Amino acid sequence: MNEFVERQMKLTWRPPKKSYDVAIVGAGGHGLATAYYLATRHGITNVGVFERGYIGGGNSGRNTTIIRANYGIPAAVRFYQRSLDLYRGLEEETGRWLMHQARGLLWMAHSEAAARAERMRAKLNTEFGAETEFVGPRRIRELCPQLDMTGGGRWPVLGASYHPQGATARHDRVVWALAEGAMERGARVHQNTPVTGLLLDGDRVAGVRTAAGDVAAGAVVSAVGGHVSRLAAMAGLRLPIRTHRLQAFVTNHYRRQFEPIVASSELFFYASQTARGEMLLGAEIDPQPSFSYRSSHDFVQQVCRRALCLLPFMANLRVLRQWTGVCDMSPDYSPIMGRTGVPGFYVTTGWGTWGFKAIPAGGEQMAELIATGETPEPIAPFGLDRFARDRTMADRGSAGTH
Amino acid sequence: MSLRIPCPNCGARPVHEFVHGEIRRAPEHLTDPEERDLDLAFMHDNVEGVVAERWFHAQGCRRWFEIRRDTRTDRIVEAEES
Repeated sequence: MNEFVERQMKLTWRPPKKSYDVAIVGAGGHGLATAYYLATRHGITNVGVFERGYIGGGNSGRNTTIIRANYGIPAAVRFYQRSLDLYRGLEEETGRWLMHQARGLLWMAHSEAAARAERMRAKLNTEFGAETEFVGPRRIRELCPQLDMTGGGRWPVLGASYHPQGATARHDRVVWALAEGAMERGARVHQNTPVTGLLLDGDRVAGVRTAAGDVAAGAVVSAVGGHVSRLAAMAGLRLPIRTHRLQAFVTNHYRRQFEPIVASSELFFYASQTARGEMLLGAEIDPQPSFSYRSSHDFVQQVCRRALCLLPFMANLRVLRQWTGVCDMSPDYSPIMGRTGVPGFYVTTGWGTWGFKAIPAGGEQMAELIATGETPEPIAPFGLDRFARDRTMADRGSAGTH
Repeated sequence: MSLRIPCPNCGARPVHEFVHGEIRRAPEHLTDPEERDLDLAFMHDNVEGVVAERWFHAQGCRRWFEIRRDTRTDRIVEAEES
């Protein structure tokens, strides 16, 4: 038996209480991180996390585990840098090996315009705390010798913004470390317990209706991925969210020597190598809103065609596995965190294609909001009310793919 | 196999030839014009189930048409020209 299974067997699984201080819907990264930080930072342990499936079985288990902070607007850079810093200390803090590995991220520019954009981004990121520099072809060749610098003749690599702290971590280890950390301190996680409704007390959300009975709660947090519009509707709330599929796939094993994460906005793909040696590829969301977990051959075909321009060695690899998650896309490509206008009901959503990297900071900030009643400054710009206030946080350029 | 959209003029074609268009309606109970504008600008029904939507065949006949699609399965329920 490995240590991972052994640890899980030590956990006690108890039925839901009649009432909690905080009920969290969704035991993915964000829900569990909120429970974890409520317990560790604020001593709030009367917390129940309700999950319709199993821990980390939604988008937390379907992403491409990339951690980076090189975003396009100051508030986002600061927020994701906070998350990156928390991730770096999370192994020590939880005492669990999360396979966290800084490997550096190269964001390619294939045209003068893109090079200008990457230069600007490097400046902006450095200014707001996320170390990034613009590097030329010689340095890129050193960092990633496998690249075809001519881009198959069509997409020459003119430069790249290099984000040395760009990292990856093992997704199930992350969610389980947070779940265990919260449960050891008294929080309860209820798997196979779908939330079917919200308990309303006047205009206030006062608890959740679950498959295991009604549970009262002082605060209800939606950390749902994929079905958040349905949950919000139960509180009479409409969200600026459309749910789209996002696919990814891995190839068979390749010698473990592809160090960095390589991304290209113009070619619409990104690639990294997993600990097992598989090449992991991702790209953009499917065009139509959908809740289907179905993958398509078409996607593999299109991504391979584009990826081979930069990484021709992959022509000899085979696709091993393909999967799909459903992403909650916000209109401005930024997350939505905080109060909802409905008393007692909080959301953390709009995690689109950028949720995994935000798990620790998202959880930390949501926990602080719930514990103190004050919206912490880092997430204040990401409130749901920003659309009505005409203060959208447009960041499509840096959040578009991963 | 990728999703194929049944264009009334060109037949079933791969989804990448099309542009998706949502049919947006603010809910009836919103009466304040500002609230309706806000809703139309940003909010979505995000229906889990059968939804009526428009598609534009950008790389084909370049015409709009309406279909009904189940967002849980991506199955096309019916198609008609609009």
